[in-house]
Amino acid sequence: MIRAFCVWLAATPLSVMIGSTRWVVPMVQTLHILAIAVVLSSVLMLELRVLELAGRSQSVMQAARRFLPWLLGGLAVLAMTGALLIVSEPQRSLVNSAFWTKMCLLALAVTATLGLQRAQWRIVASQEQPCPAGVAARAIAVLTFFLWVAIVVAGRWIAYVEHG
Amino acid sequence: MSSMDSINEFADWLKDTPVATFVQESEWAFQALETVHVLALTLVVGTIAIVDLRLLGLASTDRPVTEIARDCLKWTWGSFAFALLTGGLMFTSNAVKYLGAFPFRMKLLFLLLAGLNMLVFQLITARGIADWDRDRPVPLNGKIAGALSLTLWIGIVTFGRWTGFVINPF
Repeated sequence: MIRAFCVWLAATPLSVMIGSTRWVVPMVQTLHILAIAVVLSSVLMLELRVLELAGRSQSVMQAARRFLPWLLGGLAVLAMTGALLIVSEPQRSLVNSAFWTKMCLLALAVTATLGLQRAQWRIVASQEQPCPAGVAARAIAVLTFFLWVAIVVAGRWIAYVEHG
Repeated sequence: MSSMDSINEFADWLKDTPVATFVQESEWAFQALETVHVLALTLVVGTIAIVDLRLLGLASTDRPVTEIARDCLKWTWGSFAFALLTGGLMFTSNAVKYLGAFPFRMKLLFLLLAGLNMLVFQLITARGIADWDRDRPVPLNGKIAGALSLTLWIGIVTFGRWTGFVINPF
């Protein structure tokens, strides 16, 4: 069924247009990489704040207010440019184990950062005496950062895995 | 002999070194180098952009410029070291082709300009930083440095991706 969907998608006017214009794919990939820069660096700064390795003049919640909007904006750009790359060559990603690994890791990372960690920070912020992050929160911060790194690795690997 | 000749001779010598041969013939080396390169460069661009946006008065305006720079730039430099190492090794594997590619030459030019921009900022603009460290709109010199840096780095990423498109290492 996925293959039939790929064949249909590859025949849509948008896919044909992207495929016939030489500069579209490298340009969309460039935007994708720039958005990765925004997301990865935002996550890095947030996790460094949790680990008290950066931005200690501010609370974790203040750091979250500074970087979460950029993280979300970056993710939106990644979703759009990523969707365009799929449309341009559906088989390359939809019939590709690296792509589906990336999607699973993405779901985990979004849950870890925007669900678990954000909930943690809210609890810390609601306490009267803000205390430094405990061992568990620090471990989650390190793991979450490497989860985002793993997404980038899996993304690059889409290009290397035999597809179709 | 012109300098271009000696550069080409160097590139020609480079491609027969054991390192170049290894990167060319290995089943996984180029892919691994490219992956680390992407990770490193995204951290270079992302962390330097945080400083640039502060200089432009567009983000982190509630914190002093020097504090943002202290938090970010060590990560920029650390990541840059990885990007340079992995980029250098990929270049080695196919030096003659890379040197002849227009986008690669533009990337080198933009890197040089980004370095000069940083040097001018550090040596001249940042001299009186204590006076405007906490200012929301920093002086025009600082804003120009931030805008140039952001533009040049976006250009470097663009020409880098373009390079990967015109040169097939396999």
